[in-house]
Amino acid sequence: MDREQENREGLNMDSSKTKLYSQDPWWVRWLLIGVTISFLTFLLLLPLIVIFQEALAKGIAFYIRSLSDRNAWSAVKMTLLTAGVAVPLNLVFGVAAAWATTKYQFRGKSILITIIDLPFAISPIVAGLMLVLVFGSQGWWGEWLSDRGIQVIFGVPGVILATVFVTFPFVARELIPLMQEQGSDEEWAAISLGANGWQTFWKVTLPNIKWALLYGVLLCNARAMGEFGAVSIVSSNIRGRTNTLPLQIDALYSEYQSAAAFALASVLAGLGVLTLIGKTILERRMKST
Amino acid sequence: MSVEIKNISKSFGSFTALKDVNLRIETGELISLLGPSGSGKTTLLRIIAGMDIPDSNPGSQILFFDEDVVSMPVGKRHVGFVFQHYALFKHMTVFDNIAFGLRVRPRDKRPSKKEIQDRVRELLRLIQLEGFGDRFPTQLSGGQRQRVALARALAIEPRVLLLDEPFGALDAKVRQSLRQWLRRLHDELNTTTVLVTHDQEEALEVSDRVVVMNQAKIEQVGSPEQVFHNPTSEFVIDFLGNVNVFRGRVQDGKATWGAAREERGEESRGADASDSAKIYVRPHELAVDRNKLSDESIAARVQRINLAGAQAKVILSTAQYEEIRVDLPMERFQHLRLVPGDAVFVQPTNTRIFVPDYSI
Amino acid sequence: MFSNLKRQNRLPGFGLTIGYTLLYSSLILLIPLTALMLKSAATPWTELAATLTHPRVSSALRLTFGASFLAALINTLFGSIIAWSLVRYRFFGSRFFDAIVDLPFAMPTAVSGIALMAIYGPNGPVGSFLLPWGIQTSISFLGVLIALLFIGLPFVVRTMQPAIEELDAEMEQAAASLGASRWQTFTKVTFPSILPAMITGFTLAFARSLGEYGSVVYMSGNLPNKTEIISLVISNKIEESDIAGASAVAMVLLLATFASLMLVQGIQWIANKKTGRA
Repeated sequence: MDREQENREGLNMDSSKTKLYSQDPWWVRWLLIGVTISFLTFLLLLPLIVIFQEALAKGIAFYIRSLSDRNAWSAVKMTLLTAGVAVPLNLVFGVAAAWATTKYQFRGKSILITIIDLPFAISPIVAGLMLVLVFGSQGWWGEWLSDRGIQVIFGVPGVILATVFVTFPFVARELIPLMQEQGSDEEWAAISLGANGWQTFWKVTLPNIKWALLYGVLLCNARAMGEFGAVSIVSSNIRGRTNTLPLQIDALYSEYQSAAAFALASVLAGLGVLTLIGKTILERRMKST
Repeated sequence: MSVEIKNISKSFGSFTALKDVNLRIETGELISLLGPSGSGKTTLLRIIAGMDIPDSNPGSQILFFDEDVVSMPVGKRHVGFVFQHYALFKHMTVFDNIAFGLRVRPRDKRPSKKEIQDRVRELLRLIQLEGFGDRFPTQLSGGQRQRVALARALAIEPRVLLLDEPFGALDAKVRQSLRQWLRRLHDELNTTTVLVTHDQEEALEVSDRVVVMNQAKIEQVGSPEQVFHNPTSEFVIDFLGNVNVFRGRVQDGKATWGAAREERGEESRGADASDSAKIYVRPHELAVDRNKLSDESIAARVQRINLAGAQAKVILSTAQYEEIRVDLPMERFQHLRLVPGDAVFVQPTNTRIFVPDYSI
Repeated sequence: MFSNLKRQNRLPGFGLTIGYTLLYSSLILLIPLTALMLKSAATPWTELAATLTHPRVSSALRLTFGASFLAALINTLFGSIIAWSLVRYRFFGSRFFDAIVDLPFAMPTAVSGIALMAIYGPNGPVGSFLLPWGIQTSISFLGVLIALLFIGLPFVVRTMQPAIEELDAEMEQAAASLGASRWQTFTKVTFPSILPAMITGFTLAFARSLGEYGSVVYMSGNLPNKTEIISLVISNKIEESDIAGASAVAMVLLLATFASLMLVQGIQWIANKKTGRA
């Protein structure tokens, strides 16, 4: 009850704040809103709509056939596998990195945080190149690995590694500022009451960061499932082997199978829309706590 | 005694938070660590709790009932710690918060569900929040939250209760009532309590003993009466309430202050005299009269009068000192019938003199 | 200030978390990064110069930097307007439009690329509409620009929104009460307070655009010396097994991106210092 009331009060405050602000003359308001709506419509909304329109251009039957194609299915499986490995890995990493950088003081901490953010600043193509330099046939460890029958580049491990690389900071990025802001008092309280480290983490820290964690996972997953540039460098482009959904879409598109490409694209676009919805919900959750 | 701190120092980089601190905390007492921010009081408290590690100097020790705990982790020390901003677990109910310390015990030491329930109920009664067990921290007021934090700390039956500015985030009225409640609670439970505060009124009101800290050191330890009436340093007298500072001279072990010098004129400017002694006089230790009482009286003029309080607060101005604050009992004030602009004479009834140490 | 230092903590888990963080970062990130740096450092200067001055490379560099800069500039202008409208006005669908701003983050770049093509390509509704007027919205500089506008927009809007939200309504009212006109209030009070966010948004969008691949490759049409972007040049070099050449170009791209991001940090640092938030 109290909570609801608080929320309502919060909303009221919000709207009164808006009233305070909206003192711009009507023509300014209309002009700016007009620009906003047309820019967003032409740049973002139209492309989103067109995906579904193009996907259904040859009818429902063709759409379903495109999706149930064998190569399409293997692309779906490859995408799920990639995200299924990359997201948990970066989730664990994100939590560990956030704990290490927010609960302790040590030298080089800000450098570490900068390093964690690095993949955001690295072009996916360059990321792919880096992996080629390490794992490719002429790379550092390429020969050693291929002697042992492990093919990273042009193989599934390469696709997964590339995805891990580009989605590396997503979870840590969300957690670090939040945990910094929350401080360590609650953890100390738990420890002083006799809880051990794991108990403190599971019972005190995790409930406090769960929404931000989910948010990070959501963004990480969206990027993992949609990564194109980096995986295109390290994948073999052999159908049905290492093609993820974006690679499969690219292959179909360049073969002028536009409707089939858009059919698969609509799946990812749907995922993108779901991500946006989830993001909006989570953002509201995080704001209210 | 329950806690003994021996030769504890602590520095963070180039900043010295504690320098060679020694302190004995007796069992059952409520002791305050009082000082301005940066004086090291919170660091000392966190070191007692085990949340900070003191610098490893030979001879430095922290004893809990004669057992050295320097290397003992926080959870093993059995201290109850209460944070300034409560640090309640936001996602747990009041009941779960208080029960936390009991529930995280290893299975063989964990009380039964029934025992936990009884214990929490008892604590809820103690903090006068019966029926609030199902609420979440966000549904409580600041004072209620801090009581829950206290109950949570008490649930583990701590050997010593450590409170870090527990009332600092509360408004004045709530703070007043909570501190009296804390004193009653302390007497009732017979625990040993260490209270960190920067509020001298709070420290003087609730403590058995006050530890005044400044710049990483302990300035004075004593009962509230002792530190208030017999401060041993300028810092202590200055920190514990309003005080007027006069420049004066010390000659033959006797201080002469402004007025006297004025009277005596040139001749007394002896070379041996210390011209820079500081004379501290509390506002209630000044006598005001319309007539000159003695050589020590100095002429002043009434500048402002504030009657909103138990005493009349009068601000005088003199030729030498910009302002002198005087607290007069109401009866005396009414007898004198002062109005701004009146010429009066003022004279101290009690002074404390500190001569700067030239050996430095 | 010291309260931070005071948290010389002994919370459990330091060894485990820092160890894992360092190990994982090294494996995934630092070793590949080092590989690139060593590879490009091993390339002789003359060869490096030859690679970078090769017409195909230099025209791609020019295109990428030019289009990225222009796109970031346009996005800063329109992104600011969009952020302003979304923060300050409630209009029909404002929440929907607010949510959709993140679409370029949420949508796979390849999907965005072909979707943009379906709109602005020669057969798309907008592309075919503008073509008779001689405006070619794809397989052209303009096509690259549109794709980069798409990818960079959320960076500007999402950086600007908090800055605009933070604007003190009372500050504007104070300015007005002191007799400032609406325009004066905007130029002297409002604009200076959101300028740092604008610069940050610009640079983030610019940095992202430099390395963008998926959403651009379709719209650019990849005509060598004309509409080929730098990422594609690197990709082609890898495919041709010219790893050394690819590394050299990649290093230029990487350094340019780092430099612009460092510029942002510098600007933020100065801005924080000026406003006393440091």
